[in-house]
Amino acid sequence: MTAATLDNSLKASSARGSAARARLLRGLLPALSLALVLLAIAWLNPRAISYFGFSLMLNLAIPIALATIAQMFVISGNELDLSIGTFVGFVGCVTATWLKDAPLVGVAILLGSIGIYALLGALIHLRNLPSIVVTLGMSFVWQGLAILVLPKPGGKAPDWLLAIMSFKPPFVPFPIIAALLIGLIVHFGLMRTSYGVILRGSGGNPAALRRAGWSLLKTKIVLFALAGLFGVISGMALIGITTSADANIGNGYTLLAIAGVILGGGEFVGGRVSPIGAVIGALTLALAASPLLTFMHIPPDWQVAANGAILIIVLAARVLISRRER
Amino acid sequence: MALMKSLVAKPWIWSFVGALLVWLATIAFTGGYGGGGMVTAALSLAVFTVIVGVGQMFVITLGPGNVDLSLPANIGLASAVAMKVMGGSDSMIVVGLLAALACGAAIGIVNYLLIWALRIPPIIATLSASFIIQSVDISYGRGLQIKPPPGFADFANWQISGVPVLAMLTVLFTVGAAVALQRMIYGRSVLAIGQNIRAAWLAGVNVGRIRFLTYTLSGALGGIDGALLAGYFRGANVDIGNEYLLASIAVVVIGGTSVAGGKANVPGVWGAALFLVLLLTMLNTFGVSAGVRLLLTGLIIVGVITAAGGEKAVR
Repeated sequence: MTAATLDNSLKASSARGSAARARLLRGLLPALSLALVLLAIAWLNPRAISYFGFSLMLNLAIPIALATIAQMFVISGNELDLSIGTFVGFVGCVTATWLKDAPLVGVAILLGSIGIYALLGALIHLRNLPSIVVTLGMSFVWQGLAILVLPKPGGKAPDWLLAIMSFKPPFVPFPIIAALLIGLIVHFGLMRTSYGVILRGSGGNPAALRRAGWSLLKTKIVLFALAGLFGVISGMALIGITTSADANIGNGYTLLAIAGVILGGGEFVGGRVSPIGAVIGALTLALAASPLLTFMHIPPDWQVAANGAILIIVLAARVLISRRER
Repeated sequence: MALMKSLVAKPWIWSFVGALLVWLATIAFTGGYGGGGMVTAALSLAVFTVIVGVGQMFVITLGPGNVDLSLPANIGLASAVAMKVMGGSDSMIVVGLLAALACGAAIGIVNYLLIWALRIPPIIATLSASFIIQSVDISYGRGLQIKPPPGFADFANWQISGVPVLAMLTVLFTVGAAVALQRMIYGRSVLAIGQNIRAAWLAGVNVGRIRFLTYTLSGALGGIDGALLAGYFRGANVDIGNEYLLASIAVVVIGGTSVAGGKANVPGVWGAALFLVLLLTMLNTFGVSAGVRLLLTGLIIVGVITAAGGEKAVR
């Protein structure tokens, strides 16, 4: 009897240990995939691993990381935003036109668009609408507005924005510092504050939150408004790098952002997301999509496929790990 | 009166009412000119949305989270495959159609394998698959400028007294789909899974097989659609399927199918497809710019969804 209990408890504790190891491994998976991509780049082209190389390769990673964070907020509430890409494009067009020529109007438009995001959150919650369909419809709205604001590619980024985005700090390239900052700030806000727990809880167990007296309407509005805010910053950062805009400039970001969240260890339902993971996921995608392929002499046709393949490989690795977790 | 009442109670009637209103608004604008031709054109274009819409409807009916995002990439690749296999010769039309069908079905199978093997939500599985398909298509279809065989292009554009033959065939197909949905074991199983996957499993429904069949069906329909589109527009194109991501999901939802799953509606897909096509025709007739057209399309879709409202997922 006692031997059996002992045996059982031993088994349980070893299972717990293995589960903890699996969880740790799972948490490290995003970082491991990034390290793998970096190693591959270093092996293929050692000169790329330098201050200048990183500044160049990770240039576009900042807007991608910001868009990924925006998507992450929406996913924490068990929703999906299929309009973030065209929204980034719209913000880009406003940044390159109104924000430069009439800064006050520009700021008002951008704040208003964050307000629209908040309203969408409210609408989706109140009418219990499928977010996929609503945001798919909104993607047309943003694209239409972008074309109205900037019918032909052009415009110019405001000078202060150009100055920020071409900032060259000593030793560590700007994109890396920016990525660290974004990851840490959002991590603190969403993972370490009490309202962050409530926000994630609205995806994890909405019924329990409602019974505990929290307003699910408010959490959804806050999550969507945050998505809008980070979408705006992403669009501005993008224009700060490209210096001019185009109505289609952000279209690819919708899918990249979803892929980044999932690569970073986020789950579609249950409010299980990771801001730092999401930033790492975005960096991995940004690096794997073009620099790695260029160094491997793979034609750009296969860029999109590389994103898909990375996603599938990481998800497969996650399945293998989760099998041990149970 | 009783007929009116039973009609109003049908969720799909509103999509037809919407289509009719849009059509009336357009001919009121043109002063009655071109009303018939508009219906003909709308029918020919709606066909392509209906075919993928039916596939998407079966997938969405499987329950929350089920959606096929790979349809645009699938349509693009299948259109290229069909054109390459047909190689512009009339004798290869059937072979080309079968090749497109097989290509689409293979994509559907891969989608389900990813969902099943990686245990990931269908959205992510079909999304990652579509990334890869897109690249295959870009690489395979680069510089592809093969015209469809004349016989096939004529068939895709064939009309009998103003009614496109393709539309008649698609009506037959949708009748078949409605029968399969409501009267056959396969369709009832899809509905059962969408209502409660666990209960369906306990009741002996082979959940895995039905989901596999549904994703394969959706893929195969995407493949056929790609071939037909290439025939209708006289050439394959990487972007030929792009608009069908929104369109396929929108017609399902506007047509009265529940996004929460377990409740599907075939006639509504037709009504919604006609509504969307006529809406575009109307905006074009009014002569609005591309930006306004996109803006209004988006707003109307969001508006219709809001008016139709969602339902609580039954769990």
